[in-house]
Amino acid sequence: MNETDALTRRRLLTVAGAALVTAAAWPVRVFAEPADVEASIKAMFSQREIREGRVTVELPPISENGYSVPLSVAVESPMTETDYVVRIAVFAEKNPLPDVARFELGPSAGIAHVRTRIRLGDSQRIRAVAEMNDGSLWTGHAFTVVTLAACVL
Amino acid sequence: MSDAHGIRIAAPNRASAGEVIEIKAMIQHEMETGYRRDQFGRQIPRFILERFECLYNGKPVFRAELFPAIAANPFLNFFIRATESGTLDFRWTDQDGHTFSERVTLEVV
Repeated sequence: MNETDALTRRRLLTVAGAALVTAAAWPVRVFAEPADVEASIKAMFSQREIREGRVTVELPPISENGYSVPLSVAVESPMTETDYVVRIAVFAEKNPLPDVARFELGPSAGIAHVRTRIRLGDSQRIRAVAEMNDGSLWTGHAFTVVTLAACVL
Repeated sequence: MSDAHGIRIAAPNRASAGEVIEIKAMIQHEMETGYRRDQFGRQIPRFILERFECLYNGKPVFRAELFPAIAANPFLNFFIRATESGTLDFRWTDQDGHTFSERVTLEVV
């Protein structure tokens, strides 16, 4: 082995090592974290108390196609003129954006139940927060395993 | 059921007063997320429908704010209470402010 070869190999290893360190220290952050959902919820509802219950989120246990996952959100409410759901916000913990959809309804809805189809970038928990006309906030969630992720949506 | 400009609405055309009816509304739209890249690695700009509204005799009864996490060809299923005969208007608005709408009639007996 001559001097030039040794230098080349040493340089190559140094560069490769440096690249590895950089990649490890600087991960590309594509997906949201549960913390981002918390931040989104705070931005929408400030620091108000959110109680578990009254909101039922349904997703298939296994989502074979992350590009189109059926989502159902139902809120227990009589939906009368004096007691109704004002809005429902849906959040994803592992999508690039925590926001999924927001629904505004009222007593004229009759039933507080909304269904749609969503994209999921990873197996994750979907949360819904419902605001009642008395200002109370309720939450529910569901988890689904995504086999084919909507990789970058 | 109606089908115009890629809009499909499923709603009963007759209901009894006070009955809660189920509405299904779908529109053809790619809902481009803004996160995808083309074959040259360039980001494909976001192009989505941002709002949906259902008006019952001109009065809003259901609204939705949509984000890129809504699947292509957005589908919405919701309920409304039938109180009087009239019209149901469905309106989608994209991020550039263009609107797409459809109307169905409802007879309350």
